[in-house]
Amino acid sequence: MNIGNLPFIAAALLVAFGLYTFLFKRNLIKLVIGITLIEMGVNLFLVTLGYRTGGISPIYTYAPEAQQMVLPTPQALTLTSIVIGLATTALLLSFAVFVHRHYGTLDIRKVKELKG
Amino acid sequence: MTALTTHAPVLLIAIPLLGAFATPLIGKLGRGARNTLVGLVVLVVAGLAALLAVDVFTAGAPTIYEMGGGTFTFPLSGGQVPVRILFEVDSMSAFMGLITALIALTGAFFSFSYWKDRSGSNLYFSLFLLLTAGIFGMQMTGDMFNFFVFLEITSIAAASLVGFRVWLKQSQEAGFKVMAMYTLSGLFVLLAIGLLYGQYGHLNIAALASRLTGSLTDVIALGLLLTGLAMKAGAVPMHMWAPDAYGEAPAPTSAVLVANSQASLYGLFRVLFTLFGASVSTGAVGWILIVLALLTIFVGVTMALIQNDLKRLVAYGAVSQIGYMMLGVGVGLAVSATKPEFGLVAMQGGIFHMLNDAACVGLLFFASGAVIRASGTRDLNAMGGLAHGMKWTSVCFAIGAVALAGVPPFNGFASKFLIYEAAFKLSPFLAVIAVLSSILLLAVFVKAFQAAFLGPRTTAMAHVTDPSPGMMLPMVALVLVVVVFGLFPGFFVDHIVTPAAKALWLGRDAYINAVLGG
Repeated sequence: MNIGNLPFIAAALLVAFGLYTFLFKRNLIKLVIGITLIEMGVNLFLVTLGYRTGGISPIYTYAPEAQQMVLPTPQALTLTSIVIGLATTALLLSFAVFVHRHYGTLDIRKVKELKG
Repeated sequence: MTALTTHAPVLLIAIPLLGAFATPLIGKLGRGARNTLVGLVVLVVAGLAALLAVDVFTAGAPTIYEMGGGTFTFPLSGGQVPVRILFEVDSMSAFMGLITALIALTGAFFSFSYWKDRSGSNLYFSLFLLLTAGIFGMQMTGDMFNFFVFLEITSIAAASLVGFRVWLKQSQEAGFKVMAMYTLSGLFVLLAIGLLYGQYGHLNIAALASRLTGSLTDVIALGLLLTGLAMKAGAVPMHMWAPDAYGEAPAPTSAVLVANSQASLYGLFRVLFTLFGASVSTGAVGWILIVLALLTIFVGVTMALIQNDLKRLVAYGAVSQIGYMMLGVGVGLAVSATKPEFGLVAMQGGIFHMLNDAACVGLLFFASGAVIRASGTRDLNAMGGLAHGMKWTSVCFAIGAVALAGVPPFNGFASKFLIYEAAFKLSPFLAVIAVLSSILLLAVFVKAFQAAFLGPRTTAMAHVTDPSPGMMLPMVALVLVVVVFGLFPGFFVDHIVTPAAKALWLGRDAYINAVLGG
């Protein structure tokens, strides 16, 4: 089945939802969710870039003659990006935990001792 | 010796990276062993950065380092494309490496005394070296995705440095904000890299630069890169994280965070000049940069004016200086199509100011760190009369402050004068804003200096003394840099700034040809 440009649209929607969440939500955990959504959108975009309809996995020595492979580079990029995303999300969530411990709230309207 | 210079670009990253992960282990042996390790690492790195800079400046051409064994000879012959990850070091990268080395060296030695009686120091030095490794990586790499990876390394290390003291309330708020903004900027950059890769199938900067056509997708990618990198550099209106980060981080780290912002700025300049230099209208992009620069200068200085927290005041000063660098280089970019005489002057000013700003802001952060450590408060209203007990610190602070505000004969004046002169040629309005903001910044620092250091000795502040020699020496070293660069600007402009400015402004073809062949 040919899925056409659907994955690109899905990636764009994920990034758009993520940006909306990041800009308009007031809860620290929701901000982290927004960032994660953007990240997933970008990862989906990268993987889709390398996809070829009917392509097989890019293992050079196993490839049958004259069959198209999906591109390996975007997969390597996505894997790297997922690992980095894990680290950033973990760090963000641990900051959120400590903010809650100190301020007793996750509402960014109440967490603003640093301003001006 | 030649093998050392050949491998210098990768050693600059490998040594601090290895040091970062060895620090917690060696730290088990005791403070002395750990300090020796960290000290050795920063000394070796500074030596390598100097060696690399001498090599690149004398050769006058970019150096290429191929990861994973040299099976290709550079430049490649016709039709070949770079498939491995490359480090490409031109004069601009080498210049940025010098700045990072200066700040890492002074910052590490300042930290030894600063953290002597505090907890969490093993963690601190580990993150410090990790951040240094990431900054060097951003400056040396010749590959877009590699750049993103180093960008994220600096993001994680920098945000952790801001917030690793989890027992401090405000540092957690700052840490979250910094990490959220850094992650967002990183994702913008990654999305742009994806857009470019999807069209051209390359990640190498030189290969991409030679193929860019300036299509709509390219322009979107440029917009994403500009937003992401300006956000990470702390340019207004994406600056909310910057004063929090500089203000809440431990004092020696604030200086390294400024170096980190400068590395993002370097990435931005690399993208604008080398990657997109021939495929988009540089005039329009240059003016966008100029507008961002003016906003950054103006907002940074006016916000500094109303601060009562010493560290936060210096932090806003540091934000405003990012604007001067962008103004200089923005003017250069705006006229880079016709390349008049004053364009190069603007580039020289902007790039020289990076080095001067690193020295002045580093000095100010060190001095304010020493003041806060001795007095136990950050509130300017609670200080007063500190100059009685802290004579040398107050002298260092004063020199850093007037140099940053652009008063002759210090180094800030040398670079800002080049920027004023060139900006005036493009439009007098730009120079007026820049000069007025510098005067305002001087007023800010006069206020801070008066509030903190002058006046009678108060009973609450009677106990303060100058910090130990371990903290004084790095400050004195930076004072020397500030004074020497201010007294002999011509020598430094000729020998290290002009090659760097020319590498950005005129060196696009040389950068591409070094990889792909002419």
